Amino acid sequence: MTPPSNEVTELAEREYQHGFVTDIETEVIPKGLDEDVVRLISSKKNEPEWLLEWRLAAYRHWVTMSEPTWQKAHYPSIDFQDIAYWAAPKPKPKLNSLDEVDPELREMFDKLGISLAEQERLSNVAVDAIVDSVSVATTFKAKLAEAGVIFCSFSEAVAEHPDLVRANLGSVVPVRDNYYAALNSAVFSDGSFCYIPAGVRCPMELSTYFRINSAQTGQFERTLIVAEEGSYVSYLEGCTAPMRDENQLHAAVVELVAHTDAQIKYATVQNWYPGDAEGRGGIYNFVTKRGKCAGDRSKISWTQVETGSAITWKYPSVVLQGDDSVGEFYSVALTAGRQQADTGTKMIHIGKNTSSTIVSKGISAAHGQNTYRGQVKVLRSAQGARNFTQCDSLLIGSDCGAHTVPYIEVKNASAQVEHEASTSKIGEDQMFYCRQRGISEEDATSMIVNGFCREVFNELPMEFAVEAQRLLSVSLEGSVG
Amino acid sequence: MLHIENLHASTAGTEILRGVNLDIAPGEVHAIMGPNGSGKSTLAHVLSGRPDYEVTAGSVTYNGVDLLALAPEERAAAGVFLAFQYPVEIPGVGNLYFLRTAVNSIRATKGLDPIAVTTFIKMADKAMDAVEMDKSMKNRSVNEGFSGGEKKRNEILQMTMLEPTLAILDETDSGLDIDALRIVANGVNALRSPERSMLVITHYQRLLDYIVPDKIHVLAAGRIVRSGGKELALELEASGYADIEAELASKGATA
Ligand SMILES: Nc1ncnc2c1ncn2[C@@H]1O[C@H](COP(=O)(O)OP(=O)(O)OP(=O)(O)O)[C@@H](O)[C@H]1O
Ligand SMILES: [Mg+2]
Repeated sequence: MTPPSNEVTELAEREYQHGFVTDIETEVIPKGLDEDVVRLISSKKNEPEWLLEWRLAAYRHWVTMSEPTWQKAHYPSIDFQDIAYWAAPKPKPKLNSLDEVDPELREMFDKLGISLAEQERLSNVAVDAIVDSVSVATTFKAKLAEAGVIFCSFSEAVAEHPDLVRANLGSVVPVRDNYYAALNSAVFSDGSFCYIPAGVRCPMELSTYFRINSAQTGQFERTLIVAEEGSYVSYLEGCTAPMRDENQLHAAVVELVAHTDAQIKYATVQNWYPGDAEGRGGIYNFVTKRGKCAGDRSKISWTQVETGSAITWKYPSVVLQGDDSVGEFYSVALTAGRQQADTGTKMIHIGKNTSSTIVSKGISAAHGQNTYRGQVKVLRSAQGARNFTQCDSLLIGSDCGAHTVPYIEVKNASAQVEHEASTSKIGEDQMFYCRQRGISEEDATSMIVNGFCREVFNELPMEFAVEAQRLLSVSLEGSVG
Repeated sequence: MLHIENLHASTAGTEILRGVNLDIAPGEVHAIMGPNGSGKSTLAHVLSGRPDYEVTAGSVTYNGVDLLALAPEERAAAGVFLAFQYPVEIPGVGNLYFLRTAVNSIRATKGLDPIAVTTFIKMADKAMDAVEMDKSMKNRSVNEGFSGGEKKRNEILQMTMLEPTLAILDETDSGLDIDALRIVANGVNALRSPERSMLVITHYQRLLDYIVPDKIHVLAAGRIVRSGGKELALELEASGYADIEAELASKGATA
């Protein structure tokens, strides 16, 4: 299979630009969830017995759990029997060249600004494109394989690298971890898998591009990244969905494993459909992301720019197991319209001299509600642990809200934990200063907001930073004045 | 040509300007002096359109246009520039990026394309040299952590690049050492031209040694109470505002 190549470029220009639906022949199973559905998903994917058992264990645990309600988000409770758990573009014969990619799919990705083919030589980003939870194309596989890097869909990994998958799946986010992680473990349909062998610096950025297309389906994908000793990888994730009046559930799980001296940088630009100004429709983005710094001196950095979704509920976390390991979380979360975001991180210090940095920038506009929820936990074993948390909120207008909920738990007296927080309004002084210099209110808002987020954007690869800035500006349109 | 007639303005329910009359012809430099709290900054803000001031009476026309009807950014596009008494910090926004955005915003209103980055940088380099600003200020956040003097130089830099036709300088000399004062004054003088009017607010006669005004006005309690040539500054320097205030008080009794 010769994959198409592409580059994730401008994800957004004006309003919500990705709200279109592509007419692709899709296979959807009937709504509802029980053990048979789990079996059906597994059999559709020709999965080995162990994986089916793993799914069933997750399912059986999930039915005993109840939907969490502690997050600061308000929404009608979800009817889990009213969701279809499998939707996939109708399978096509194996692709031999780019030309064989379904023309509708190609057109969809063209519309998204992810042009196929022509940028093959220009771009240095390998992309795994996932539509409705199924990987439709992975680019640059051959080139990556030369370096020994495995980058493929989750299903393919299960078939071709079962031992690697089996050894790591659920090792960071156990099936019982939380309600949505258990649900995902039972019904996940696809996702991306990435393996960087010892000593290898991944020769290009890896990227997964998620697209929800079908109506009334949930999207449950899994990403698993394993970085062996001394390796390095930078990973980007982008997401969009059509505009629809009903809410759709996205419950993904991402697991990262960094061995000794390995480094993983994981960046997300999340732009799921946020719903309209009155709060109709939009994605419920309930995602579990966690990394394990398994080895000494390993490092995991999460950078996220959350501009989409009706409700975002996620806490990319790092378990700092290895001595001298480092965890970082840089976040920009913007809520406009009726959006609600409850996001933050958990840094669990286990190893000696582990350190973590948290920089969270929350922006609330219109009726948006933005909560930073973060946990810093220093276990008794974590001699010399250090954490620095900086948590800033910016309010635009007076109908929005910002909330900061830090949990700090320190069991080792040698630990140093610092927390700084600020809440500000876009200053009238700043606004007048900009306008006096000829800059319109809208441009000034986007400039001030982007300035506010600069520390986080600096962590993103260039193209993503540019895109993130544009996304913020677009999302803020109509929020000023 | 700026024409201010019977301008009344208030903020937070208090009347600050109580009938200001002032004309500035193209090419002229006028200075405004006056005690603290007399309304000098208020006048500057009202002229440049700060939202939290309410004009309750009077009019301001600039080149025949009703200035008060324009939004602040439209006034900027019409050539009004205010060098702030307290320049504002904008964290995370690069100083030259900000300035280029401003330049391009104003160009856009004139139907001009954005300025080429290289051209802009060349112009900015030159303007920075003129006000002896360190090049490290280019990419620092706007005014963030700048010293008082650096902020004032930055205002002059912006003024130079934006080429206003009506420049209002609100105590641009305050907090400057002697060298900086000379540098800032040179920057201002370099912009003097037959098309450009300037309104220079200051407390100190010494600035007016460098920027020699065509006229000096004294603002007290929201009104211009004295106007004269540059010798008025010397007189004020010698006697302070006590005489004027006494005079006002007696007038106030009869008014
Ligand atoms: N936002 C505001 N709310 C209440 N009072 C205000 C406000 N802005 C200005 N004032 C008052 O208006 C009066 C005039 O202020 P202004 O800043 O114009 O004085 P100024 O002549 O520039 O003084 P200085 O020489 O100290 O700079 C002062 O009494 C000030 O306290
Ligand atoms: Mg003042």
